[in-house]
Amino acid sequence: MSTQRFTGTDRYIATDDLRMAVNAAVTLARPLLIKGEPGTGKTQLALEVAEALGRPIFEWHVKSTSKAQQGLYEYDAVSRLRDSQLGDARVADIRNYIVRGKLWEAFESDVQPVLLIDEIDKADIEFPNDLLRELDRMEFYVHETRELVRARHRPIIIITSNNEKELPDAFLRRCFFHYIRFPDPSTMEKIVEVHYPNLKRELLAEALSAFYKVRETPGLKKKPSTSELLDWIKLLLAEDIPPEVLRSDDPKKAIPPLHGALLKNEQDVHLFEQLVFLNRRVR
Amino acid sequence: MLVRFFFELRNAGVPVSLTEFLSLLQALEARVAFCSAEEFYWLARLALVKDERHFDRFDRVFAEHFAGAERLFQKLVAEVPAEWLQSLAQRLFTEEERAKVESLGSWDKLLETLRKRLEEQKERHEGGNKWVGTGGTSPFGSGGYNPEGIRIGNAGARQRRAVKVWEAREYRNFDDQRELGTRNLKMALRRLRKFARQGAADELDLDGTIDATARNAGWLDLKLRPERRNAVKVLLLLDVGGSMEDHVRVCEELFSAARSEFRHLEYFYFHNFIYENLWKDNRRRHAERTRTFDLLRTFNPDYRVIFVGDAAMSPYEIVQPGGSVEHFNEEAGSLWMQRMTAHFPHLVWLNPEPEERWEWTPSIRLTQQLVSGRMFPLTLDGLDRATAALRRKPALSSAPAG
Repeated sequence: MSTQRFTGTDRYIATDDLRMAVNAAVTLARPLLIKGEPGTGKTQLALEVAEALGRPIFEWHVKSTSKAQQGLYEYDAVSRLRDSQLGDARVADIRNYIVRGKLWEAFESDVQPVLLIDEIDKADIEFPNDLLRELDRMEFYVHETRELVRARHRPIIIITSNNEKELPDAFLRRCFFHYIRFPDPSTMEKIVEVHYPNLKRELLAEALSAFYKVRETPGLKKKPSTSELLDWIKLLLAEDIPPEVLRSDDPKKAIPPLHGALLKNEQDVHLFEQLVFLNRRVR
Repeated sequence: MLVRFFFELRNAGVPVSLTEFLSLLQALEARVAFCSAEEFYWLARLALVKDERHFDRFDRVFAEHFAGAERLFQKLVAEVPAEWLQSLAQRLFTEEERAKVESLGSWDKLLETLRKRLEEQKERHEGGNKWVGTGGTSPFGSGGYNPEGIRIGNAGARQRRAVKVWEAREYRNFDDQRELGTRNLKMALRRLRKFARQGAADELDLDGTIDATARNAGWLDLKLRPERRNAVKVLLLLDVGGSMEDHVRVCEELFSAARSEFRHLEYFYFHNFIYENLWKDNRRRHAERTRTFDLLRTFNPDYRVIFVGDAAMSPYEIVQPGGSVEHFNEEAGSLWMQRMTAHFPHLVWLNPEPEERWEWTPSIRLTQQLVSGRMFPLTLDGLDRATAALRRKPALSSAPAG
């Protein structure tokens, strides 16, 4: 086992506990389940781990219609049927009609790969249960060709979930679990710095304080998250907005400019405007 | 020591299994976490807790069990072997500083000073001003001791003591009975799904076609089948008025979630308890009624019946004929309930009142008995348990309670 350790990358700030989670998962070759608010960089983590450790990455994006079998392989019976009607020679070998899934590709990789199973909670409730043996033993059986596919190197598996469905206990027991907390202001500062290194300190400070103020607004349906903050800062830079504008001492400009990047829901915008309006009257 | 911790976690309601415990030990053996209370905390949480709702409980047990243990880690630091100190010194001192110190005295002397400082650290918990060079970086704290040296020269690392991490109990909000939203409810109700193929055959049955074609010696024989649909049937009976006013919102949410989730959903209202009549429209509840007998006759036993009510009333309203507060009922509510449970094997009662209060209300205890213990709180967790109970195959002889 390599002693390579994940320490974050120059584009991704990993907190100490997240680093520990990744390193534990790598060391023990156990899948790592990542949960957290949307936009806190769950999917990004897998890409960064792959890059930091110099491993190939296989991404399996799960949809509500995804079946566990699709990650292993699919038997394209329809083309075989068509070929047989046309008298194609390929039809004799069933192997020609087995389409490999992401899991199989990852198992076949020459070096230990990173496998991302993104948004596992989107699929049907039974989906994780169908992957138990595959994740545990890192092998599966292809019935059509009667062969056993076994991982050459146990892949580093990173699974993300948005908590839309509870995952089955048997599945959870096989994983390590990490919850990405929403970053505190100082971590957030580092994150923004990594993405926009030339940002003026002043603008950053103002943007962050405005951002956390928006987040603290009670009753928001969807709180803005890290990725939204980064988008917003990108817009602020593109529009060349001076930091003074963000300072909310001026009651007329209390709603941050370009707030559309932060609040994604008209009720939220409305709520925020109302609160600002109330504040103004108090003054 | 860890075994006791394991059982304490289980007692506190964190669902930890043996596999998870063993994987923690395995990780400790692989030295994933080493010589820092904070790292140990993270590792233990990573391996043992699989749901952020349990983080808070975990924090509490951890704080209780390892009270004073962080001092143990510091004792360890006081007895560190020389080669550790050496590599530590290489981390802590810059080249110039090392040169400077060496010009002052020997390297050994430096190590001696370092050892002393580490001992001082035992008494003073906060990263001190005495550290050379790197400001407040503690060697054994966050991002701590590690032969590869994760954080060489990172002067900005504040040492957050691990105790603080778990004592802050930042996951309190995630614990337990968080507010139900329609989305959560839908997700919970979705567990009741039971797929079946009924109706017009308008979907290509691939496996069937292949099979039939093969049997047909290679000549294409298309097979069609009906689409897969959620076939579960739900009968929702809701308590309205009176003490249920407090729970209107959660009931509305449950109702709207159930409506969008099930195609076969029937609902009726009742007041306090089920008697001979139910109604569908609260405004015309006295004009348009459905007899409970008709209900028993019309709906098959394969309907899943969900009662929603706080069951808070006088026990007389349940056990006595004529006990109802609204009208004179000829037969006692308990008799009607027995008829319901006999006819519908899949039946649960959801109660918006907090579970710990049930015991103190005689009518709730009575209802609980009548539904043979299948009363669950109207929380996500309760709904999960309720759907599990509804999915379960009914016992052959469900003993009529009461």
